[in-house]
Amino acid sequence: METIIDIQHLSKSFGTHEVLKDINFSVKKGEVVCVIGSSGSGKSTLLRCINLLETPSGGEIIYNGKNILGNRQNLNTYRTHLGMVFQQFNLFNNCDVLNNCILGQVKVLKRSKDEAKDVAMKYLKVVGMDRYLNARPGQLSGGQKQRVAIARALSMQPDALLFDEPTSALDPEMVGEVLKVMKELAQSGLTMIVVTHEMEFAREVSDRIVFMDKGVIVEDGTPDEVFNNPKHERTKAFLQRALK
Amino acid sequence: MSLEWFINIITNNWPMFLRGAWMTLVISTIGTIIGALIGLIIGVINTIPKGNGGAKKWTLRTINAILTVYVEFFRGTPMIVQAMVVYYGSDLLFGIDMNRTFAAILIVSINTGAYMAEIVRGGIISIEQGQFEAARAIGMNHWQTMVHVVLPQVLRNILPATGNQYVMNIKDTSVLNVIGVTELFFQTKSIAGNNFRYFESFFVACIIYLVMTIIVTQILRFFERKLTGDANYQMLDDAALIRGPEQTK
Repeated sequence: METIIDIQHLSKSFGTHEVLKDINFSVKKGEVVCVIGSSGSGKSTLLRCINLLETPSGGEIIYNGKNILGNRQNLNTYRTHLGMVFQQFNLFNNCDVLNNCILGQVKVLKRSKDEAKDVAMKYLKVVGMDRYLNARPGQLSGGQKQRVAIARALSMQPDALLFDEPTSALDPEMVGEVLKVMKELAQSGLTMIVVTHEMEFAREVSDRIVFMDKGVIVEDGTPDEVFNNPKHERTKAFLQRALK
Repeated sequence: MSLEWFINIITNNWPMFLRGAWMTLVISTIGTIIGALIGLIIGVINTIPKGNGGAKKWTLRTINAILTVYVEFFRGTPMIVQAMVVYYGSDLLFGIDMNRTFAAILIVSINTGAYMAEIVRGGIISIEQGQFEAARAIGMNHWQTMVHVVLPQVLRNILPATGNQYVMNIKDTSVLNVIGVTELFFQTKSIAGNNFRYFESFFVACIIYLVMTIIVTQILRFFERKLTGDANYQMLDDAALIRGPEQTK
């Protein structure tokens, strides 16, 4: 299968603190990759480097055969091909649910308002929020906000969707509704990179697990390989703590 | 002092009071609007990401430095002095004989702009970083992010401070009498100069200023409520879902 994103020798430092060291990994079309690891291991930074919310200090990000870091002119176009779902939802506070899903389509993709509305409705239905069109972000629960945020990202019809700990800011009872939506998306063949602490979800849904520790990728394999036969001590130690 | 005198002053001089009040309103309203626009533009320019260097960075730095000088100068000097400097200076230095009303609007605008620049900057800083990131993540550039996501929220947040500025402008235009602008204070001075009833004349002016500021405050409160939006929302029922969203609004 064709590779969508290929990351080579990626590094990132904040001042003298090296957060990512020589990261190499790639994502194929239709693949669901979960990135796990303890807090501070660099998972979120890696994800934010992929769509250049953080500027990498070194290395290459090759998207559809082109090095994105070489040509920064098309940065905004590149970002439209990658959807992002944030831990803190980050819905546009000045827009209601429908307009959150329409804004990017109309202003960035230059779709007509009617077309954008149809697309938005389609994805709001997927996440089960199509009844809340007129609600403002402040009027929704955390789980509802996150589902709208997923619909907003899907409305741009990206090649891949990046999830940055999408359930970490949610009350336990709302985690389920968001994971359910994500599971359905994974099964529908969407390419997804998910940074998560939900080990059950990672094991069940992903095609590949990437385990990170102290800024490096320690292990990269199928869920079965990583969860049942981890090769490295560090992975074992982490899983022992995480799977309790 | 008697009630009779108040009535006499009003009945004899109401056209002058009205013209003065109108002039005060015109200068402060236009001045506040232009000043707010100046503040918005400066606020947006000051928050453009500086990038990693090169020509863009130095251009932005230079522009920022110039804007800082502007803001500090007009916030750090009294408007009454600015009025004298601008009005007489423009004649002496550039040979421009400025229309007094134009000069008044100019001075109030640039003065308000200096204050509004700081208010807008504060408003933009107070918007959480996540809003910028979400906009960038769907491919918006700085300009689109500002216009469609950040500024609508900033406008709502800075409206009370802008209203404050507006009310201050209504009162502070009175200092423009030093360059002979025929606003309310100037007119009242003329009226009192004729009838020698200083207390009664200025008491009338006092009431007119108060009425203007109260009305303006109420109008701004109304806009604030409008921008906050409805407290409730409508859930779509099955029928509305079948019809589609177009017909529901």
